[in-house]
Amino acid sequence: MTAAASAPSAHPRPPALDVYDQRAFGFWLYLMSDAIIFALLFATYVVMVSNTDGGPTGKNLFSLPHAFGETLLLLFSSLTFGFATLAMKSGKKPSLLAWLLVTFVLGLGFVVMEAREFSRMVQLGAGPDRSGFLSAFFTLVGTHGLHVSFGLIGILLMASQVAVKGLTMPVISRLSRLGLFWHFLDIVWVGIFSIVYLPGIL
Amino acid sequence: MLGRLTVDALPFYSWVAMSGALVTVLGGLMVAAGLTWFRQWGNLWSEWLTSLDHKRIGIMYVALAMVMLMRGFIDAIMMRSQQAVSLNSDGYLPPDHFDQIFSSHGTIMIFFMAMPFLTGLINIVVPQQIGARDVAFPFMNSVSLALTAAGAGLVLVSLVIGKFSTAGWTGYPPYSGPEFSPGVGVDYWLWAVLISGVGSTLTGINFVVTILKKRAPGMTLMRMPLFTWTALCTSVLMTFAFPALTVAAGLLALDRLLGMHFFTNAGGGNMMNYVNLLWMWGHPEVYILILPAFGIYSEVVATFSAKRLFGYTSLVYATASIAVLSFTVWLHHFFTMGSSANVNAFFGIATMIIAVPTGVKVFDWLLTMYRGRIEFRPPMLWTLGFIVTFVIGGMSGVLLALPPADYLMHNSTFLVAHFHNMLIPGALFGYFAGYMYWFPKAFGFALDERWGVRSFWCWLIGFYLAFMPLYVLGFMGMPRRMEHYNIALWQPYLIVAALGAVLILIGIIFLLVQLVVSVRQRQGSLDRTGDPWNGRTLEWLTSSPPAPYNFAVLPDVRDIDAFHDMKARGVAYRKPDHYDDIDMPKNSAAGAFLCAFAFLLGFAMVWHIWWMAILFAAATGIVIVARACNDDAEYRLSAADVAAIEDRRYQALANAARMRPTTDQIFANRPLQEGST
Repeated sequence: MTAAASAPSAHPRPPALDVYDQRAFGFWLYLMSDAIIFALLFATYVVMVSNTDGGPTGKNLFSLPHAFGETLLLLFSSLTFGFATLAMKSGKKPSLLAWLLVTFVLGLGFVVMEAREFSRMVQLGAGPDRSGFLSAFFTLVGTHGLHVSFGLIGILLMASQVAVKGLTMPVISRLSRLGLFWHFLDIVWVGIFSIVYLPGIL
Repeated sequence: MLGRLTVDALPFYSWVAMSGALVTVLGGLMVAAGLTWFRQWGNLWSEWLTSLDHKRIGIMYVALAMVMLMRGFIDAIMMRSQQAVSLNSDGYLPPDHFDQIFSSHGTIMIFFMAMPFLTGLINIVVPQQIGARDVAFPFMNSVSLALTAAGAGLVLVSLVIGKFSTAGWTGYPPYSGPEFSPGVGVDYWLWAVLISGVGSTLTGINFVVTILKKRAPGMTLMRMPLFTWTALCTSVLMTFAFPALTVAAGLLALDRLLGMHFFTNAGGGNMMNYVNLLWMWGHPEVYILILPAFGIYSEVVATFSAKRLFGYTSLVYATASIAVLSFTVWLHHFFTMGSSANVNAFFGIATMIIAVPTGVKVFDWLLTMYRGRIEFRPPMLWTLGFIVTFVIGGMSGVLLALPPADYLMHNSTFLVAHFHNMLIPGALFGYFAGYMYWFPKAFGFALDERWGVRSFWCWLIGFYLAFMPLYVLGFMGMPRRMEHYNIALWQPYLIVAALGAVLILIGIIFLLVQLVVSVRQRQGSLDRTGDPWNGRTLEWLTSSPPAPYNFAVLPDVRDIDAFHDMKARGVAYRKPDHYDDIDMPKNSAAGAFLCAFAFLLGFAMVWHIWWMAILFAAATGIVIVARACNDDAEYRLSAADVAAIEDRRYQALANAARMRPTTDQIFANRPLQEGST
């Protein structure tokens, strides 16, 4: 960093840049309010985990290898989104598009695995209407899965914006916020793995 | 094809409900006819519904609040008249209908009267108070309004098609679950609350960013006007409390739609979890409603005492501590849940602690008036009425904060009296004060003061007549929400309460008269300077009504009362050397479309019309995606255009000065006195 760049500038920043600052800050606030939704769903799950109404428990239903597979897919998708962000910062459009595609495939794999788990449970008679425990499980994990699905739509949308519009300021700003969203879902999943699956199986 | 919707949904079950439906339909038709007759549809669309100007969005919010105030008040006076006559008789309202009325009264007054009113005032005033040209996210602002209006529309439609909830405005399960409320009523409540709740969360985010990121140069946090401070705290509460409402209502919707067991009696449900989730939103909500009113009182009391606000710093800290503490008291709404004595004691003590910062504020306002030159204009009257009345309500709240006492008074009319005693003076009087205080800023002419004073006295006396008897009745053991009763001792008090409601009705009529009279006589009350009250904060620096960009040149803030300071230094009306181009948000029709789509989506979910739900969910998604691809959201107002608008303003200021000296000139001729700073 040069001395000129780090010294306080005599001219205020152009207002156009402030707009992107404000959008990023607003998005952080949205993530925080979304985090409260998840926090309350976690709390509800913990309150209801023993309300199985004589039905199946986590021990009967959860499979550690399956949950571990989902975890790997989602964690790696976060890593690949990180690579996409690096490519974006160095302005490499083809590499950015490739990493977004990889992220999309990994995320899609996660959603498919979760959908298979849900349908298997419903077939076993352990659907969300079976007990309070299962209602809380399906709602918490399903809300996360729904977020991931919206994230997938976002990735498609942003990949096409990158392809059509190139790396303009608005596109970069949107892509950075999508990245925040994607990593946030990763953190929530770590919570789900450690509060839902691990205690359920152990 | 139409889900549960059949012709039986029309309200033929009671003549009262039928006339309510007719009034709603006729009201809608009359508005539509009026717009057609005066050829205003195009104007409404291009100047208002598609506008992203924070001032216009704010005015639309307040207009929505006023309409819903009428509707909510009709509910109130129907309940009061029913209870006045229903000793050993059925009165004129069947129980099922009475239950809908108290449910819709609470729902409307909280979600669709108070929330839009305070959001509207914040919208009109806060960007001007912080010296900004607009909010941080003008488009999201219009989406918030759209979702609030869609929720209000669902409540209004429930009067015509189907029935509203009978489960009270809080919708406690298991009664509100599918087992005991299989009809559409609770669904109307749920979807109205869910849709408008998302709008409120977005408003919260918008104003946190606006206030923290868009202040004029020199306006540090501790130089922000008190109303902006309360708006900031309220926005923080909206952002972090409304998700709890979304979760509570969302889980109840899952119980009802998919047969889940969150809050059911059987199947491992836990209905007390709902009550916890709801009040984790519900208690902060009380402060979301009250804090902006506290901010308005602070502005009004300083302006009409012609003094700097006493104890600015303590008011800021009191506001912030109320905001934090509001998250720690939710359990006092259900001490009778039967938690352990320690848990109840914790929440009881926390509740009493929250009275302390509120007391600090009352003393600050009193000391602001002390030795001030008080002008008893309508906004100041609302403020004085508030201070006296609110203290009574606060003391009854401290009584209720004692868990053993609460066990006796829970669910009695004492509680009803208490929270109306907090919310009518604590919130609504403040909104009225703000409405009369900032009306000239929004429209360029002042409201008639005589009718304002008359309305105030009707409201104040009507309030005491309507609610003091309920305190007594609570001690006499009368439960809330009774459709009829057989204890003759209660009736005289209920008749007095009904008379109080009639007086409030007259107060509301006077408010309407005031509006009509003021519009007709506006030539005599034009605000030519933009500063009709000798104001102290930056919103009075702009013209009335302000230019779209509010400030041609962003003000340079050097003091708490920035505008007062500028007038004292003689720079308030100094003409700048040159103007720059200004970027402003373009109008957008997306908000209006989202309003329609969200309303139709909610309607489809209420009636289980699944194809329609999918269709409008997809339509909503398409609008959002289209907006997310839009890079062209602003237009540029050239420096020459700005100069033309500003030249007209300076011409008007010069004309006004010929008739009456501007405040700059007054200050220039008079040394500053201690009492005036």
